[in-house]
Amino acid sequence: MGMLSRKATCNSHGQDSSYFLGWQEYEKNPYHETLNPTGIIQMGLAENQLSFDLPESWIAENPDAAGFKRNGESIFRELALFQDYHGLPAFKNALVSFMSEIRGNKVNFDPSNIVLMAGATSANETLMFCLAEAGDAILIPTPYYPGFDRDLKWRTGAEIVPIQCTSSNGFRITSAALEEAYSAAQKRNLRVKAVLVTNPSNPLGTTMIKDELNLLVTFVIAKGIHLVSDEIYSGTVFSSPSFTSIVEVLAGRPDCQGSDVWDRVHVVYSLSKDLGLPGFRVGAIYSSNRAVVDAATKMSSFGLVSSQTQYFLSAMLSDKKFTSRYISENQRRLKTRHDSLVHGLKEAGIRCLESNAGLFCWVDMSHLLREKTFKAEIDLWKKIVYEVRLNISPGSSCHCTEPGWFRVCFANMTEETLELAMQRIKEFVASASSAILRGGCERRRGRRHPSSTDKSLGKKFLTKWVFRLSSSHLREADDR
Amino acid sequence: MANVNMSSGRKALLSKLATNDGHAENSPYFDGWKAYERNPFDASRNPDGVIQMGLAENQLCFDLIQEWLINNPQASICTAEGVDMFKDTAIFQDYHGLPEFRNAVAKFMGQVRRGVGKFNPDRIVMSGGATGAHELISFCLADRGDAILVPTPYYPGFDRDLCWRTGAQLLPVVCDSSNGFKVTREALEAAYIEAKEANIRVRALLITNPSNPLGTVLDRKTLRDIVSFINEKNIHLICDEIYSATVFGSQPSFISISEIIEEDQEICNHDLIHIIYSLSKDLGFPGFRVGIVYSYNDKVVECARKMSSFGLVSSQTQHLISSLLSDDEFVEKFLSESAKRLENRHQTFTDGLAQVGIRCLQSNAGLFVWMDLSHLLREKSFLAETDLWRIIINEVKLNVSPGSSFHCSEPGWFRVCIANMDEPTVEIALKRIRAFVVKGENAVVAPAKKKQCWQSQNTKLRLSFSFRKMDDLMMMSPHSPIPQSPLVQART
Repeated sequence: MGMLSRKATCNSHGQDSSYFLGWQEYEKNPYHETLNPTGIIQMGLAENQLSFDLPESWIAENPDAAGFKRNGESIFRELALFQDYHGLPAFKNALVSFMSEIRGNKVNFDPSNIVLMAGATSANETLMFCLAEAGDAILIPTPYYPGFDRDLKWRTGAEIVPIQCTSSNGFRITSAALEEAYSAAQKRNLRVKAVLVTNPSNPLGTTMIKDELNLLVTFVIAKGIHLVSDEIYSGTVFSSPSFTSIVEVLAGRPDCQGSDVWDRVHVVYSLSKDLGLPGFRVGAIYSSNRAVVDAATKMSSFGLVSSQTQYFLSAMLSDKKFTSRYISENQRRLKTRHDSLVHGLKEAGIRCLESNAGLFCWVDMSHLLREKTFKAEIDLWKKIVYEVRLNISPGSSCHCTEPGWFRVCFANMTEETLELAMQRIKEFVASASSAILRGGCERRRGRRHPSSTDKSLGKKFLTKWVFRLSSSHLREADDR
Repeated sequence: MANVNMSSGRKALLSKLATNDGHAENSPYFDGWKAYERNPFDASRNPDGVIQMGLAENQLCFDLIQEWLINNPQASICTAEGVDMFKDTAIFQDYHGLPEFRNAVAKFMGQVRRGVGKFNPDRIVMSGGATGAHELISFCLADRGDAILVPTPYYPGFDRDLCWRTGAQLLPVVCDSSNGFKVTREALEAAYIEAKEANIRVRALLITNPSNPLGTVLDRKTLRDIVSFINEKNIHLICDEIYSATVFGSQPSFISISEIIEEDQEICNHDLIHIIYSLSKDLGFPGFRVGIVYSYNDKVVECARKMSSFGLVSSQTQHLISSLLSDDEFVEKFLSESAKRLENRHQTFTDGLAQVGIRCLQSNAGLFVWMDLSHLLREKSFLAETDLWRIIINEVKLNVSPGSSFHCSEPGWFRVCIANMDEPTVEIALKRIRAFVVKGENAVVAPAKKKQCWQSQNTKLRLSFSFRKMDDLMMMSPHSPIPQSPLVQART
């Protein structure tokens, strides 16, 4: 066979990561409430399925956009022919206005600084093609979205060097961690080109606080490097602190006035998470660096947004009544769902990192590990996938420095399915703990052994023991 | 936001890709577009503007599609009839694509090939238009520095699509008018040897069939020669068949690479064969960004599919296309009507050109004609071609594409697109060409001709002989109804 390229035969597409293996298991045995009630529940997919009724009713009220019409006139031909990589002006205007609205209108975006791309996957890769090449490194705080390994490295040849964050301070970025990552890159003979952060964070579900953002800006000014802010979850912030965009921070700093740091800060956006439309492939790069916008625009030829989709969305997003209603209602629903998950997990003695955004929680199951290793984490994960039948994402696939953390999604299922998932977890924890308990009893000769013979009482008793047992493990974890 | 101009020192902070010319947009191919954009023709608002004949679009059959859309509202997920599918479609981002989309595209490809050769939906990989498909296949098959052979003349976008971000390079397989620009075994071998001698590893051969810019289809013998060549050298064959449904007339018919390898299973290793497809030309939907990579190589399908994440087709569009292409009756009607309209348009235009002695390469596909204006060059050079081209844009006000931008080996050829306008505009374009040719007899070209051949001392006589000679040259066209001038016969 004629040989394939190195890119085709290596595996830096990252698809062998456990992140994707869980998906594969799910696909073999997917949960369905009637057809397959014992199947695997998908909690590894950061989708927002909570608010489709809103665009659906908009569609019902706006037949023109639907039928390729503008004011009753067919514009099908125009749309079918429109392949200008500058994008549909009406769509770009609507998009930047939507982005502004999400940021409480504290920031204004210029439509001429936006480059449309087929999804954030494409936007991130294209931005990397513009900023970096083989021999260059991008610093990214851990834990991070596993897809970055593919999106930023595979075809660009760039490298990722992690900025190690830990649970000791809620995984926030520190000066020390930044400097350490920078040195690590230099030791590997890599030229650091950029820091890339996801804000709100995937997988943490937290918004970056002003201190962190300022720290970052100071760092990139000092090093003279780029800062990429992936803000695709900006519209999913459902409780305080409210979202602060990197752009806002720059605008508020005296040392950034007229500084060339503005040429080195770029935002990546998408409608896949905030609007729940990943199938439509709508991503964007926002930059005030003309050279980046020009180069990225030309590169966008390889992944333009379908004009059909641009047109539909320009109509919907131009409707301010719709956008303001959507943003607030969607956030309200996300909060409710988030709270359900947190509460359900708490009942099983499982803690989550406190979060105010995203479509998932960052869950601490380290107390359920038989030992504090990534091997134990994978073993636990396999149990959860195959026995508990929940596809969640192990922290190691997100390059987390500490074993035992898992990302659990909550917005891609019905409330009933979420409840079932919580039930399964509770049962699992109960049986796991009773196994530990039985083991403990054998070792400690019956101390703390439940004495009641009544099964239901015994079960209740057991549950209390489970909770206390797991709480004590958690306290140990806090002391780390 | 503050916007600070970047010094060149700062530019070093961007990648080489971002700052080099690999996007190839400084090619003259795009200059004409710019001239058009500054002064675009509009029948009522700007009747003296530049007519766009540099854009290979298919605008002849929108009425058929529009009618279908009106009768099939469920094809759009944004109508009352289709909104039930909104949610499922909106969340669908699986890079395998909607099954009904793959099935519909595979079926359509089979129908375009008149049922010769069946396409397997599992080999269909999506991409961001043919542009994305070409880059994708190049990433799969070539490493930085590797070469892909491509017969000239070829579509200028290939330089960007296959090379810019991949680091691959294109090496020309030179074809010329002596045999109608057909690809010969000799030319293939010559290009391959040259690469070898320069220590460049050749990974693939890229052919476009039907050809852009020639508008011709490859014959069976040429295709078989090509296949045996790549098989012998163990290099890949990338077949860009995006114009497959623009073939009109009964002869010669379109022969897809799929037909060649299916009628003779032993002819080559199927792992070397890959087809690039798109709906931009056949259906006229460039805005919808529907590109397809169809490979007979399982590993390539697998890799391409993963890479397709960078340019998936919008699920909203996949839904529309699967509805449209699943309607067999509509597809049959569309294909035959489209071919008919393309044929008429082609006939009208080539007849019109013939009337002023302009020849085109004989063709029966594509959305353009490959026009021979070499007789209008003041000398047989690319500089003269560019000069002539500038005159055509600025004075005749037609944006046509010069052959040099297609890497043609001979000056004087131009690609002229004819399917992206209505009939009245075609007439205006022909009128302008006629006026230009006549004017040329009176002024532009004559002085140069005077230099070339005339011994006469009488200037006036020389001039009048020049006019007559020009006249005869114009008339000497295989399509012209006017017999050769006795003046010419007398001279020879």
